[in-house]
Amino acid sequence: MKTLFDKIWEKHVVESITNGPDVLYIDRQLIHEVTSPQAFAGLRKRGISVFRPQQVTATPDHNTPTLNQHLPIKEEASRKAVEALRENCAANNIMLFDLNTEYNGVVHIVGPELGLTQPGMTIVCGDSHTATHGAFGSIAFGIGTSEVEMALATQCLLQSKPKQMRITIDGNLGKGVTAKDVILYIIAQLTANGGTGYFVEYAGSAFRSMTMEERMTMCNMSIEMGARGGLIAPDETTFAYVKNRKFAPQGEEWSKKLLEWKLLFTDSNASFDKEYSFKAEDVKPFITYGTNPGMGIAIDGNIPVNEPNVKALEYMNFAAGEKLLGKPVDYVFIGSCTNGRIEDFRAAASIIKGRKKAENIFAYIVPGSKSVEKQAREEGLIEIFESAGFVFRQPGCSACLAMNEDKVPAGKYCVSTSNRNFEGRQGVGARTLLASPLTAAAAAVTGKITDPRELI
Amino acid sequence: MQKLTILTSPCVPLNVESVDTDQIIPARFLKTTNREGFGKNLFRDWRYDSEDQPKSDFVLNSAKYSGQILVAGKNFGCGSSREHAAWAIADYGFRAVISPLFADIFKGNALNNGVLPIQVSENFVQTLFAEIEKNPKTEVTIDLPAQKITINSINLSEYFDINDYKKTCFINGYDDIDYLLSIKEKIEHYEVQKS
Repeated sequence: MKTLFDKIWEKHVVESITNGPDVLYIDRQLIHEVTSPQAFAGLRKRGISVFRPQQVTATPDHNTPTLNQHLPIKEEASRKAVEALRENCAANNIMLFDLNTEYNGVVHIVGPELGLTQPGMTIVCGDSHTATHGAFGSIAFGIGTSEVEMALATQCLLQSKPKQMRITIDGNLGKGVTAKDVILYIIAQLTANGGTGYFVEYAGSAFRSMTMEERMTMCNMSIEMGARGGLIAPDETTFAYVKNRKFAPQGEEWSKKLLEWKLLFTDSNASFDKEYSFKAEDVKPFITYGTNPGMGIAIDGNIPVNEPNVKALEYMNFAAGEKLLGKPVDYVFIGSCTNGRIEDFRAAASIIKGRKKAENIFAYIVPGSKSVEKQAREEGLIEIFESAGFVFRQPGCSACLAMNEDKVPAGKYCVSTSNRNFEGRQGVGARTLLASPLTAAAAAVTGKITDPRELI
Repeated sequence: MQKLTILTSPCVPLNVESVDTDQIIPARFLKTTNREGFGKNLFRDWRYDSEDQPKSDFVLNSAKYSGQILVAGKNFGCGSSREHAAWAIADYGFRAVISPLFADIFKGNALNNGVLPIQVSENFVQTLFAEIEKNPKTEVTIDLPAQKITINSINLSEYFDINDYKKTCFINGYDDIDYLLSIKEKIEHYEVQKS
């Protein structure tokens, strides 16, 4: 009796080292400009080439500006990092979705939308949010640069099999409650290290009824409770999403793969090292108040009176026991690999349509990819944002980690759809409140922390 | 990778939980394309103020503390997978980090860079913090072959876990990539069988 995770893992073990890790075969590696240059330098130093370049794809995303992408990148260090990616890809025959070309975007948005991400695969990237791809029923996890080098050199990694956890949520989500709220709720229940040492399977009717975009938001933030990754068994929703995408299997190959993918589920009596169950009805729109993603509350709730992390409250300038509702904020960021997909902008537009941006708000509305940008234009979403006084930008990681110019100034509050509220994450001294696209849009039009259910 | 077998050193105490890799090395310092020189920006925003002046209340700026071992609260190294965090810690001169719990990706990155992540009980770490508080020169001995860590002044020891493979790597200075390259034929054989 096996779990979904067991089935995929076992199929990818090249050999097991006694009292040591397994040699795990990697089907697909994604790379970006921040965590790959030192890996390529390592290969050059050893005089070896990329082993399976056709299984590697690259996109610049972290350093890229979100305005004027047709111009050279102004900041020298960022420009050099992107140029190094170009050179490394060209020298090693790696497919690159370059800046300002049709398929550029945030690495975890691009992989799924091009059909590079498929059920049953092992997928790695030098980026902790690689967990996103687990939404397709794949084993996907973030790695360090030494491991990027190993995967480039041998298409394998040395990995010890993690423990396994299952989180089951049954029931129906309420009005205004999104996948982002569900994952923030789970992290608040388990804490920011509740998943450390584990790989998580999400199961139950709440996940079955989610779209692929919602499942990606869920799996994306698995790392924020410490789990190396999270996955959801593939089903008809998954297959329908993957079918006919650019790099998805076609024709006979599709039929063959589909038969394999239909066997990817956890056997009914398989056991997990840890299990949690929650009710979908208990989840409300969620928001964080502290400096790790586990410090979250329902939007209409109060910061715990006995919050032990005094340092975090001081940083945020919040008091234990107080409410967040109604507090003015300064910035709003809608985007990132967590919430930068078309559904996220549809959700934000549903609140923004017919309203105006609040005067005190500066907003970054940043699509996850060129494809998302194009679709948002075709659906009239960009027009909705612009007529409300927002600028819809070009794709990239942007203010999620503020490696480009998109920063939040010291002391300012930002309601952000990204994944981390760490000190300084959005700029030195910036104060981040993580929330869903609905909650972020509500703050953007009211200028303060607002329950999105009031505006739906 | 630099070898490590037995290490005796005083410790630098960082009594904070959930130290994330954005604190260890902020994103704005990740633009360089080489592995060297990250130590000067280790804990940059806790260590320096907005005018780049050292903050006197941060442990790395205190003359009291020194050594090759960093001691921290639980969930050390959470967040971003950036190996730059492990490079910064190694470049600064630390050879080991002691914590009651390490984030998985950081732990792997540390092991690949000759920095030993030593996971011990919360009690042991709290005792160590208390001993360092009493005497900042408190020395710890890490005995990797025996997988044992000792607070020398009070002769308190605890055993720690590390798999045999990684232990061998540390003791001999081997990298994972050397091993993987040595089994390339086996990998090619796997590929043929799988397809």
